[in-house]
Amino acid sequence: MEKVINITVKVWRQKGPKAKGGFEAYKLAGISGDTSFLEMLDILNEKLISEGQEPVVFDNDCREGICGMCSLYINGHPHGPDNLITTCQLHMRHFNDGDTITVEPWRSAAFPVIRDLTVDRQAFDKIIQAGGYVSVNTGGVPDANAIPISKIDADEAMDSASCIGCGACVAACKNGSAMLFVSAKVSQLALLPQGKVEAAARAKAMVLKMDELGFGNCTNTRACELECPKGVSISNIARLNRQFLKAKLSD
Amino acid sequence: MATLEAKIPKGPLAEKWTNYKDHQKLVNPANKRRLDVIVVGTGLAGASAAASLGELGFNVLNFCIQDSPRRAHSIAAQGGINAAKNYQNDGDSVYRLFYDTIKGGDYRAREANVYRLAEVSNNIIDQCVAQGVPFAREYGGLLDNRSFGGAQVSRTFYAKGQTGQQLLLGAYSALSRQVNKGSVKLYTRYEMLDVVIIDGRARGIIARNLVTGKIERFAAHAVVIGSGGYGNTFFLSTNAMNSNGSAAMQIYRKGALFANPAFAQIHPTCIPVHGEFQSKLTLMSESLRNDGRIWVPKKKEDAEAIRAGKLKPTQIPEEDRDYYLERRYPAFGNLVPRDVASRAAKERCDAGFGVNNTGLAVYLDFSEAINRLGLKTVEARYGNLFQMYEKITAQNPYETPMMIYPAIHYTMGGIWVDYELMTTIPGCFAIGEANFSDHGANRLGASALMQGLADGYFVLPYTIQNYLSDQISVPRFSTDLPEFAEAENAINEKIAKLMSIKGQRSVDSLHKELGHIMWEYVGMGRTKESLETALVKLKEVKKEFWSNVRIPGEPNALNTELEKAIRVADFIEVGYLMALDGLNRNESCGGHFREEYQTPEGEALRDDDNYAYASCWKYAGEGKEPELIKEKLDYEFIVRQQRNYKS
Repeated sequence: MEKVINITVKVWRQKGPKAKGGFEAYKLAGISGDTSFLEMLDILNEKLISEGQEPVVFDNDCREGICGMCSLYINGHPHGPDNLITTCQLHMRHFNDGDTITVEPWRSAAFPVIRDLTVDRQAFDKIIQAGGYVSVNTGGVPDANAIPISKIDADEAMDSASCIGCGACVAACKNGSAMLFVSAKVSQLALLPQGKVEAAARAKAMVLKMDELGFGNCTNTRACELECPKGVSISNIARLNRQFLKAKLSD
Repeated sequence: MATLEAKIPKGPLAEKWTNYKDHQKLVNPANKRRLDVIVVGTGLAGASAAASLGELGFNVLNFCIQDSPRRAHSIAAQGGINAAKNYQNDGDSVYRLFYDTIKGGDYRAREANVYRLAEVSNNIIDQCVAQGVPFAREYGGLLDNRSFGGAQVSRTFYAKGQTGQQLLLGAYSALSRQVNKGSVKLYTRYEMLDVVIIDGRARGIIARNLVTGKIERFAAHAVVIGSGGYGNTFFLSTNAMNSNGSAAMQIYRKGALFANPAFAQIHPTCIPVHGEFQSKLTLMSESLRNDGRIWVPKKKEDAEAIRAGKLKPTQIPEEDRDYYLERRYPAFGNLVPRDVASRAAKERCDAGFGVNNTGLAVYLDFSEAINRLGLKTVEARYGNLFQMYEKITAQNPYETPMMIYPAIHYTMGGIWVDYELMTTIPGCFAIGEANFSDHGANRLGASALMQGLADGYFVLPYTIQNYLSDQISVPRFSTDLPEFAEAENAINEKIAKLMSIKGQRSVDSLHKELGHIMWEYVGMGRTKESLETALVKLKEVKKEFWSNVRIPGEPNALNTELEKAIRVADFIEVGYLMALDGLNRNESCGGHFREEYQTPEGEALRDDDNYAYASCWKYAGEGKEPELIKEKLDYEFIVRQQRNYKS
């Protein structure tokens, strides 16, 4: 029942942001299908270290698909060939014996490479800082049940809020657009009475910041939605556009 | 320092926190601007504290090792957060939440702290809703609740199976707002490497820029540690790969006390281990125990056939299944506290009834729930968890029972703090999982999120002012002071030493060796002999580490192996403290189970006459055994009882 495969991994190696990068190919034998993709890279790194070479640097943390830290572009897909998962949830049973697997970092002007497969995603934090919140201080807020919220709105807000900020949408987009990321936060808060008050202003501030940081425009290719590990829908983008127009019209 | 002053306010239990707030010293708005506070960590405790302090007007420097504050491991908490709202009208109250928490912790927490926690729990829910946290709701528009282990009421608020994520994103939003305002400055991909003490007070930190490898100095009027727990000492745990106990160990070596290190929680519902290259264990939320029923085969031959792959669980008839939690604990059934559920699973597997090819797993079965509630309802409640399970194991839990086994999850022990959350180093505070906290010897489900946010939003922003009020005339410190230079030099020497070893073994291989020792000898069931063996083996691992570790690359550049090495060096020390503490505590309580001390039914047997204290370990210097200081836990308001989840 257990699958064991031999593979070649072509990994992008790049010393620093300004350094010239390139692919290196490594052979790995006897990889069990129950091994996760990142555990496969652990095995590769263990091998490199034992040979006196520097390990491949890749971002990872929770290894259960929620922190959004892992960010690999595998065989042309952010987070690899399977749907609705992050790289850390991908298992080697999805590959075949003899496969060559290509691993690259996110490619986007707004996410410069730091080293090998690690990129700098601070641009996402900056967009949230521009307005991705409800302006309330700690304390002095009403009772949690003071404002009833329809279950439909709450559930829809939750779906938007499930974004993990990994950046797969940007990496998947031919324009390098961050519209799915921005719209998920704008939608979550616009759907809830607590966030409605600042909805239009929030949309405007976040879109302006996104443009300023060098993300591209949305041309509705839906690649982001297809590759999103959390299944965040592009209907969020439509909602963002409405909020943004509202803000513009009232200018 | 023979005695510890916990600074618990006088008065009746229910009035202590109000009395404290009424009489504590505050800092006026103009002076707040002149005071700097360093907060290390951006999880629920760190982010909520940094945001709240920023809102109050303090100048905050907030550090995290990840690329963004939103990635702190609080994000992975699934099930929910407790609060005493009594929205379900099922008899809940602040007192009942307090009582359940004290009892769940096996009477090894401070009464006053736990009462305060229960008291502010309601504020947390209000705060999170105001921030736009999309908690689950009923059709009428009001908040929904579910029940959790160790409680007979439904007091747990949740956001699908992603409650930690939503609460952390709420705190992260509040933090981001303060960054935008300029009151908080973020330092991402920075790792604290030491605390700087000037004239006996915490006055700053030394941190390594993880991108450049540069060692940098930061000064402040106070330092707050919110760096989480030390569960990764076991290598395999439910913690994130980068979670570590190093900040706690740094302040321990500078005079803070490490309390109750042996109190580590083993979570009963994790996906079982599959192989030697496994890097982490994935938790399946405890909320699954609301509707899932835990069982193993009644007959040993059935268990053996399952292990050999000759029989499927669905082929075992109802009468041949042993729902052992329901059998042993009729009153709480599958919802007994985590320590009880974990030990029961281990007991069944050790007795030969375990499943999976390893024999180290039990079933968590939803077939009855699907029949009773319908597939749709089960999917709505647990859909994302089932999906996660299927992605990892390639098995469909709607059709065949899940397999689970206990794994290290949370550490109740941590840095000793007084009622104000201050450590024994003046000006150095510890919050969230990093402190020895309010969970005693065992934490109830959905209480970690509550404690992290209580500390960060509603406790520390008050209590820190009592300390800072007499610091208002202290000018900002220069990082050129000799104390900073000395701390930085010590770090550079340590790094140089690590890099110079150039041995044969990778950091991970040594970390795995440490983990095996911990799980084998300091794990779920401990004995005097196993702990003594651990102490010997840990000294050997330490020696092996410091003579045979191999760290490729350069120290003054991005170097993930060096980062891991510094953490593993500290994990070895934490492991030693855990074993030492376990050996000292000749009783069983909560997550600390000494096999010599159990009731005839196999439950934890406490010794309140001799061990009703928090064991606080004081660093005595490299290579020396730490000194034990006891904080006696006097119970003024409730009577300690044998924990009983049977009737």
